[in-house]
Amino acid sequence: MIKNILNLGDAALYCDFGSDVNQEINSNVIKYFYHIKKLNLKGITNLTPSYNKLIISYDLNIHSFLSLKKKIENIEIKENKKLEKNLIEIPVCCDNKFALDIKRVENKLKLKSEIILEKFFSKNYFCYMTGFVAGMPFLGDLNQEMRLKRLETPRVKVPKGSVGITEQFCNIYSFETPGGWNILGNTPQNIFDTSNQSNPNLVNPGDTIKFHRITLDQYNEIKR
Amino acid sequence: MKSKDRNYFKILRAGINTTYQDLGRNNLYHIGIPFSGAMDKRNFQLLNSLLQNDYNSPVIEFAYQGPHLKYFGKDIFFCITGNVSFKIISKEGVIDGNSYQCYLLKNGDEVDIHSTNKSVYGYFSINGTFGVDYYWGSCSINTQAQIGPNNGNKFSKDLEIEIIDINNSFNKRKLDYLGSTIENIRVIKGTNYDYFSNSSQDKFFKESFKITKLSDRMGMRLEGPKIENIVDPNIKSEGLVKGVIQITSAGDPIIMLSDHGTIGGYPKIATVISADYDRLVQLTPGSNIKFKDVSLEDAETLYKLYQMETNNLISQIK
Repeated sequence: MIKNILNLGDAALYCDFGSDVNQEINSNVIKYFYHIKKLNLKGITNLTPSYNKLIISYDLNIHSFLSLKKKIENIEIKENKKLEKNLIEIPVCCDNKFALDIKRVENKLKLKSEIILEKFFSKNYFCYMTGFVAGMPFLGDLNQEMRLKRLETPRVKVPKGSVGITEQFCNIYSFETPGGWNILGNTPQNIFDTSNQSNPNLVNPGDTIKFHRITLDQYNEIKR
Repeated sequence: MKSKDRNYFKILRAGINTTYQDLGRNNLYHIGIPFSGAMDKRNFQLLNSLLQNDYNSPVIEFAYQGPHLKYFGKDIFFCITGNVSFKIISKEGVIDGNSYQCYLLKNGDEVDIHSTNKSVYGYFSINGTFGVDYYWGSCSINTQAQIGPNNGNKFSKDLEIEIIDINNSFNKRKLDYLGSTIENIRVIKGTNYDYFSNSSQDKFFKESFKITKLSDRMGMRLEGPKIENIVDPNIKSEGLVKGVIQITSAGDPIIMLSDHGTIGGYPKIATVISADYDRLVQLTPGSNIKFKDVSLEDAETLYKLYQMETNNLISQIK
């Protein structure tokens, strides 16, 4: 299932699963990720799954590129092995004070805001990967008519909890960070919990997300 | 603890980006948490060796300007590594300290760490252990994700740094070391090297780049000749590692450092080799970088040499 293994610098394997972004390829990445994680190989310092790549960082004192590449190439994973999937519900408030880019999205998609939100909340989303900042999930896929580009100029600060869309994806800003996604709302739910060291992420790769819409009063109630 | 039994530093001036660091945290990229840890691993290792501490003991890292600390407690030794100017203020007067040497501190003495010289990071620790909390096996403070002791924030004035253990059998030690500089930063070509025009590939290795002020523990932004992308200014977001050099849509290089975002969508032109990372992070804004292309095999050998050099320095401590 791995098409090719290259080196990324001198201390990481770059495992290429293909160039397309779809759930089938991504599921393969995630299967490898969980499998290798379970093997607990000495000297592996990080595994980073993404849409169609898996990066394996290693300790140069323990492995060299060629020896570790051979080890990874010899791993056999049953193709039909099912991924464990959790369904997670996340409340989102789309009050004007949170929906920072709804006007822009209306203009670009040529749809009324109510239609946009109705379409957004009518689907479940698959988690391709988490990262960039701690806990941020990259979810998909949006309906064709919901797809648009990032902001021309990214925001310096996107508020924590913001729910944004771009291209076929949506995400949740687990921290206040710079970012250029189109913000439709905000969740009062904590996406990353530093105090929960065994499982700090609310959403993990392979999970399914169902957003449900809440009012500002409900938002404030949960926040309290 | 009764206050008269406490050993601690009070921070009179916090300095710039002063944090606890150790070797960092592993195996968390998949949830978006970077390694963190001391930026300059060699100076981190030398400091703990000089102080006969455990190899992964917490130290205090600072950038450009260090903290001004006042000590309360029983006699203790401290040491500073990096290219650092500092003063020790005691009842006997004020003396200038030297890096890589241990000094005694008595109750009421102060250490004033003015600046790092022609470098960015310096390290401070004691012959003992700071009272820190551990998050995923590390006490490194990641201010961006607010992970680590002190609620994941950098140090501030009036904060008190607790010492929970002092090694009483410690003997003062030193190392004659002037630091190590480097002419070129050696890199391995990146996975998206072909995204850039031939003339830009040439420029990347032949011309020099200036380090801008937009550089911190997360990344180092460079400016110089624009690197022309002939394929696509973005790739499908994928994992990053320390030392990766991405080219932004504007054509400028940005090097990922220890607190970097774990995923990125800019093409990767190259990656700094592990052997040169410590020296890379010490280059100050305004200075110039020239990149040199090396093979993977050479990079692996250069890393072994670099480790041997570090071990050799450790063996010279007396």
